[in-house]
Amino acid sequence: MIKLLVLIPAVAGAAAFFIGQDPIRRLLLVFTAIVHAVLSIASWIAPPPPSLNGWLAEDALGRLFLTLTSLLFLASSFYAVAYLRGERGQPHSDFEEGFLFSNAREASFTGCLLLFLAAMTVVTLSQHLGLLWVSVEATTLASAPLIYFHRHHRSLEATWKYLLICSVGIALALLGIFFLAVAASSPGTANVSLVLKDLLSAAPHLNPLWLKAAFVLMLVGYGTKMGLAPFHTWLPDAHSEAPSVVSALLSGALLNCAFLGILRIHQVCRASGLADFSEQLLLVLGLLSMAAAAIFITGQVDYKRMLAYSSVEHMGILAVGVGLGGAGLFGAMLHVVNHSLTKAMLFMVAGNLLAVYRTKTTKDVSGALSVLPVSGLLWILGFLAITGSPPFGPFLSELAILKAALDQGRAFVAIAYLIFLAIIMAGMATPALAMAQGTPSDTVVVPAGRGFALSAVPTILGASILLMGVYVPPVLTRTLLEAARLLGHI
Amino acid sequence: MNQLVDAILVFLLLTGFLLLASSRLAACIRAVAIQGVLLGLLAVGSQDGKLSTIGVLLPITSAAVKGFLLPWLLLRAMRDVDTVREIEPIISYNLSVMTGAIALAISLWLGQRLPLPDQPTSFLLVPTAFFTCLVGFILLVTRRKAITQVLGYLTLENGVYAFGTAVALNMPVLVELGILLDVFVGVFVMGIAIFHISRQFDHIDTDRLVSLSDRVR
Repeated sequence: MIKLLVLIPAVAGAAAFFIGQDPIRRLLLVFTAIVHAVLSIASWIAPPPPSLNGWLAEDALGRLFLTLTSLLFLASSFYAVAYLRGERGQPHSDFEEGFLFSNAREASFTGCLLLFLAAMTVVTLSQHLGLLWVSVEATTLASAPLIYFHRHHRSLEATWKYLLICSVGIALALLGIFFLAVAASSPGTANVSLVLKDLLSAAPHLNPLWLKAAFVLMLVGYGTKMGLAPFHTWLPDAHSEAPSVVSALLSGALLNCAFLGILRIHQVCRASGLADFSEQLLLVLGLLSMAAAAIFITGQVDYKRMLAYSSVEHMGILAVGVGLGGAGLFGAMLHVVNHSLTKAMLFMVAGNLLAVYRTKTTKDVSGALSVLPVSGLLWILGFLAITGSPPFGPFLSELAILKAALDQGRAFVAIAYLIFLAIIMAGMATPALAMAQGTPSDTVVVPAGRGFALSAVPTILGASILLMGVYVPPVLTRTLLEAARLLGHI
Repeated sequence: MNQLVDAILVFLLLTGFLLLASSRLAACIRAVAIQGVLLGLLAVGSQDGKLSTIGVLLPITSAAVKGFLLPWLLLRAMRDVDTVREIEPIISYNLSVMTGAIALAISLWLGQRLPLPDQPTSFLLVPTAFFTCLVGFILLVTRRKAITQVLGYLTLENGVYAFGTAVALNMPVLVELGILLDVFVGVFVMGIAIFHISRQFDHIDTDRLVSLSDRVR
């Protein structure tokens, strides 16, 4: 069954390149997404046996990240079909500079989307760190063409930066994996297993010097992909230039996958008694990311870039949660779910606003509530949720991380964390609320025949964020706890 | 075997300096191609004693991809976009070579600081691997042409691969092939991107890709 989870989107992706008829290809996209989601949910009821000598197996962490990726992809596939229907007709005129451009072939776009899902699935299921690396790099390659869907110079620039910065980062992570192999090898043995289970059981005998170096390299490598400051420079460009549905997937699913890479090596460090070292580094990078986000969100004039920097902030929060350890781990796992749902919804809503207002400049958008009532309302709710206001999900998880910091008596971390959250909330409040309220200018027209899914999908995501704030299903709590336990939560 | 490995490593060091000193893109591409072949030889040469079929086939595949296929792709890309030289690098070629010398010193020092548990075939192995990585970084940071940056990425990747060989780490075949495939597809996609950049901008100078930045009220 694990193999099916990977093979179905891979085969469907390869097929999508060759299907000429748009309706059939779109049907394939949605159908594959549904099958994938059903399979990943089924794995909660009947855990699948390991496959490929135990290289592909599903533990609690993998199950959590896989299901989240799968459900977000399902939501995005419905949104994408509606989006692609609206993108028919060539060429388009650019929102910002007015020149004409055309889109990439829809067949390649759909194919890459599905291959992207396949690569992310392998990331979540990999127990072999080498295979994990291969699949993380594959996610970069599959998603680069998605960012270059609109064929113009800005998206090309974003794609180039994304490709080069992430590939270089990931190359460093590979060096880290080799370092890890050195740490695990003892004199005279040539074959080192990089399967997580073997590494964890051999952990007490790992060479600490090489392991520390390996952790640093992998933190930098996967951290680049995850968007931790100061390696986040590609992120705002890619997220602002990609089609909004791709931004939703990048933020909601891809960043998590890179985070999983860091969590795996953190597991090894913990088991060999280097938890203090790795936690310290995660804390520093986490707070640094929150600080960078706070600086760049304040006064940001482009609302998609504002959302992108908010992703940097939340990746920082995740790193802080894991860096604190203990109860912070549960908070971080819960926050993974909350952030993904919220950010995916916000990017989809931003896509709706962009399609109607034809600008990414915050001050040119006003009266969203009266022009697009559903999207306008979701925009306000999303803003409240992402900045950690009750009664939404992110409030609970951010509170859990804050509580962990206070319980451990880390006053500095707690204060810095609160200050950054406050600055970001203040920085996002004015532009986000001004966009929703006020009177729209007369030139704004809602195009006729907008797809139903464009509003329905974010509405469902919005409802789930609200649900996560008032009631976390017990079955989810169990898995979150189990995942936190893998990372050292007692 | 030892002398052969030493010779390969010295050649690898020289290709690093060649990359730093040369302004002609074709020469740089050829230097990276030579690195690819040398790495294949190194992987065969540093296996002690008995050679297994897979232990020979993998390095041959890798040498074929990195030594012939990718350089051919890059040379084609170079001709398509009509760029022959790296004009005006961010630092001069003399300074590049000087930086390279410093990088070599750092690599030798690092090689001393991080002792391998197993004595490697040659004491030059680890420093050479680090040096090649650093050369890749220098190219990435100091060159403007998109093609040279791809070469920088490939050089970095070669350095990492050399380190993998140095520690005689036998990665499973599936993973080795996966890594190779990723590098190949990566360079392929970058090649396509370069083609689009040259069509879009009429040049491939990446320092002029600056329209995306943070504008603040």
